[in-house]
Amino acid sequence: METDVLIIGSGAAGMYAGLAAACAGAKVLIVDRSLIGRGGATVMAQMTVAVALGEETPDHWEHHLADTLKAGRGLCDAALSQLLCEDAPARIREMDGWGVGWARAGNRIRQVQAPGHDRPRCVYVDFVNTGPAVSKTLRAQLQRTPEITRTGDLLVTDLVIEEDRCVGAQAVHVPTGEAVSIAAKATVIAAGGLTRLYARNSASLNMGGNGYAIALRAGAELLDMEFVQFFPIGHLAPRMVGMDPIMWDPFRYKLGGRLLNSRMDEFLAEEGKYTSVRDRATHAILEEVAAGRGTPHGGVWLSFKHCSEAELRAAFGPVIERLAANGIDLTRDMIEVAPIAHYHMGGIRADADLQTGVPHLFAAGEAVGGANGANRLSGNAITEAFTFGRRAGLRAAALAMKTPMPSLKASSGPPAKMPEINPAAEIADLQRVMSEHVGPLRSRAGLEHALQTIMELKEHCSTLPAPRGVFDAEWLDLHDLANMRLVAECVTRAALAREESRGAHQREDFPETRDAWQRHQRFRLSEGKLVVQG
Amino acid sequence: MSKAKLKIRRGAPDAPARYERYEVPFEPGQTVLDGLRWIRVHLDPTLAIRFSCINANACKECMIRVDGKTVYACTTRLTEAEMVLEPLPNKALVKDLVTEIAPPDERLE
Repeated sequence: METDVLIIGSGAAGMYAGLAAACAGAKVLIVDRSLIGRGGATVMAQMTVAVALGEETPDHWEHHLADTLKAGRGLCDAALSQLLCEDAPARIREMDGWGVGWARAGNRIRQVQAPGHDRPRCVYVDFVNTGPAVSKTLRAQLQRTPEITRTGDLLVTDLVIEEDRCVGAQAVHVPTGEAVSIAAKATVIAAGGLTRLYARNSASLNMGGNGYAIALRAGAELLDMEFVQFFPIGHLAPRMVGMDPIMWDPFRYKLGGRLLNSRMDEFLAEEGKYTSVRDRATHAILEEVAAGRGTPHGGVWLSFKHCSEAELRAAFGPVIERLAANGIDLTRDMIEVAPIAHYHMGGIRADADLQTGVPHLFAAGEAVGGANGANRLSGNAITEAFTFGRRAGLRAAALAMKTPMPSLKASSGPPAKMPEINPAAEIADLQRVMSEHVGPLRSRAGLEHALQTIMELKEHCSTLPAPRGVFDAEWLDLHDLANMRLVAECVTRAALAREESRGAHQREDFPETRDAWQRHQRFRLSEGKLVVQG
Repeated sequence: MSKAKLKIRRGAPDAPARYERYEVPFEPGQTVLDGLRWIRVHLDPTLAIRFSCINANACKECMIRVDGKTVYACTTRLTEAEMVLEPLPNKALVKDLVTEIAPPDERLE
């Protein structure tokens, strides 16, 4: 296959990049290992999209930027943060024009106040439908853009680098197991983050750090890998089906709710409001559990018992029925919540044009590190996907327009045997180790233990054989395991080196924030080994 | 802990269909997808299933037949009675429980 601009990933960042690149005159190929616009993180977003629209109260993107920088605990890349905040109003209005259906009060787009924002700034789609509405809207735009080809079930296993620049990718067509070469004048990685490294996460199966791994192997740098955001109030119990574990976020926006320990104390002193930013709330919850004041399943209680049936139905309509089908009546029952891996602040190092250190290779969305520093504000992820996607798509198209089509040399990987392991079981083990030792609370002993496990795994996934035919599920897991292992090594090494606590990175043995650590750690791969810089 | 019995149709289009039986420990409330994932980790990593979002019913990829009805594996609860799991009958079979569900214009040509 060949294309002007290749986009890897079809969440909001990838789809927006595709639309922008096509608009700039490029032929675009969007590939996804899963189905187009269905996997990834976007479709699972529940509610907020932060933007200084000024519909609710006067606002300016500089206020949004100030809040973003403050939440980032001194580590934001200000140029990227500015791109996110400054371009946001135009993107949110463009999406509005495409019919996404932002919730309105009369003609005015509604904006709610999220923790860490100085005023009501977050738009959403009712009911608990922001992600699906965003995905559907962007897919509809893709379908009416003939310059864009969309191909699902195509897993990019590596980028192709010739003469020090990215000329496309090698992929596997999962349903047949066939190798596919894609020649591209410019490539955008929009493959999301790494939350699948953790046993409890709010993202989909394809968020196992594939984008980071292929970038590293292509020669790009990763930065801030130690900063994994845990969403504080992920659903824990009772078991629900058909609901996203971060669904209590919109409930707290609209109805407040009380977060209680086992003694029924409101330990965050929020007074029934939703005001605590994510890193602080996560650590407060874990401290309650550690002090023996947790719930039966190891979290804390969330209560909406102060709300009447009528209030609940007015705020969440059909969602109340879905809760009832799961046996939950919020006027009567409290639920258990606990932190859950949700987003990764770190990622591929890119400049404000979303150009990585590898010529002709761009990145967009959660795959990019730096815009959110050590802690992301509520609502900035979808905004980041839109704004970075568009910028990356435009820049990739402009570069592609003056680049001849590369011709890829035929390449086939070395024949290799499947190792004698169950990769699905190894993934589950890796997730357990990461959750236990490289989660929200860290210490030297735990991190060193995790690193040892990660390094022992390396020999089992150093070379990837070709798949053995149609939908080789075991091969898919082995592929994912290798990338998850590499990315887990980055997170763990970065966390071990950072001897301080800052934002999402909390060391029990180094509880203070230290000025000397107001800096980034960067990784690159040199002859198969990770090298740290900075 | 209860045990669920799953009878799963295995195989690719070019081979005769075969059914395999598995026993899966479960707690009330867990889903068929939980059971399938347990089988892959503990019994047979070659079992091919398609899913992305795990539990949110957002990706809509885990559609299969359970006891003759088309359902999402992620929202169907496990039971102690034997459940028969099969790929969708109206889509081309890829392997095991995986069928070709991508829209035609989003497939590799």
